[in-house]
Amino acid sequence: MNEAISNQNGVCLQVRGLRKAFDGQVVLHGLDFEVEPGEVFVIMGPSGSGKTVLLKHLIGLEEPDAGEILIEGQPIQSPEVMSQYRMAMVFQSGALLNSLTVGQNVGLYLSEHRLRSPGEIARIVTEKLEVVGLAGTEEKMPSELSGGMKKRVAIARALVIEPQLILYDEPTSELDPLSAVVIAEEIVRLNERIHVTSLVVSHDRDLAFGVADRIAVINQGRILTIGTPDEVKQHKDPLVQQFLHADFKRH
Amino acid sequence: MFQNIGEMLVLFWRALAALPLAWRHRQKALDQFFEIGVASLFMVCILSFFIGGVMALQTGPLLVERGLGSYVGAIVGYSIAKELAPVLMAVLIAGRIGSAMAAEIGSMRVYQEIDALRTMNINPVHYLVLPRLTALAVALPMLVTIAIVVGWMGGALVASSNARIAVSFEAFFNALRSTVDLWDVANGVFKSFMFALIIAVVSCHQGLITRGGPRGIGRSVTKAVVNSIVLIVISDYFLTRILLK
Repeated sequence: MNEAISNQNGVCLQVRGLRKAFDGQVVLHGLDFEVEPGEVFVIMGPSGSGKTVLLKHLIGLEEPDAGEILIEGQPIQSPEVMSQYRMAMVFQSGALLNSLTVGQNVGLYLSEHRLRSPGEIARIVTEKLEVVGLAGTEEKMPSELSGGMKKRVAIARALVIEPQLILYDEPTSELDPLSAVVIAEEIVRLNERIHVTSLVVSHDRDLAFGVADRIAVINQGRILTIGTPDEVKQHKDPLVQQFLHADFKRH
Repeated sequence: MFQNIGEMLVLFWRALAALPLAWRHRQKALDQFFEIGVASLFMVCILSFFIGGVMALQTGPLLVERGLGSYVGAIVGYSIAKELAPVLMAVLIAGRIGSAMAAEIGSMRVYQEIDALRTMNINPVHYLVLPRLTALAVALPMLVTIAIVVGWMGGALVASSNARIAVSFEAFFNALRSTVDLWDVANGVFKSFMFALIIAVVSCHQGLITRGGPRGIGRSVTKAVVNSIVLIVISDYFLTRILLK
């Protein structure tokens, strides 16, 4: 195992004045926050609040109009920084390659970058699938898996990178409550086991308060509050309270 | 279409720059190559056989009536080798393979699979475009070579069996040999190589810029096929001008 792959410490992530507009419509209004190494940081907000756009900036899939994103104090836009630190993203849909088997999906990073021999890749794939409770699914196709299983395979694929920063995009959306709990446990377990920095974007309040060390509530591209789960619960902002206590009652 | 030509040229350049990595992606290119061959060989043979037959049927009686029956093989052989086989096979491949490429890459784009590749530091041009480009650049010239031979056979069979033409197999191929040389065949095969590059780049580009859901994928597939055919026909004119003896 090379040095880069074996390093297990989480990284510090800083977002400063991040601003983004599409066709003149401002989606992110100068966001500022910092995620500590090894922390589970949840960005929570209603649909359309700019969470996924923010996530795409963090992984380098979008260019900001203004502001900067720093990993360990270095700008993420630089290709050297992107290759220096290992980041992984678990997409909302899982984003598994449908033409590949589960095993090939999980081992894709290692096989494409030729970091291991085929035998070693097979061993690592088996190990990572065991970690997410999907041992023996190597030969299955993604189309044969349930939504929850696909997300767990996506987590296994992220784990193969031995990431220092994992980004989760709506990890419990479209899942039944039991599968959602399994995914939430997975996030916490990984964080405790490899001390990875985890940034979770979700509108799931149960997930956020269950896994987060700190939570940021975002609405219409602005951060309303940042704090521990207890601090956020006690925050006075009416929009925060409205989001936290929105409930449906049949009259 | 024309506003995307710059983007397509950039994509082509990136794929060319990645050519040293082609050996590394050989398995994917081989998979694509066999997929193209298996999907198209039978259709290519059928199409070219009947094109040869129709060419003989259209030109044969006219030439025989004017006492030029010995030229049937020359005209059929020349037109198939230099024009009909490369252009029509390229159109067929644009419809069968170009559409499949645009649909597959387009659906990968829509369902975030390409974003997932990027997050793993896997270049989509190396992973998706390069194997398709190299496979098609090898497969289409091979298919066109087969199409030329099968087209000649179709022409010869019709010319010999049709009572209004009645040019024997031997006479047909003697005339063909006296007019069509290796340069003419190479000319057609070279055109097909250029068409292969056009189909692969246009189709992959359409796939990579797909937006929206299933409707967006459908739109990309249509654009990939139509744009490929338009560019094939336009480039055919310029290639013919350049390759004229």
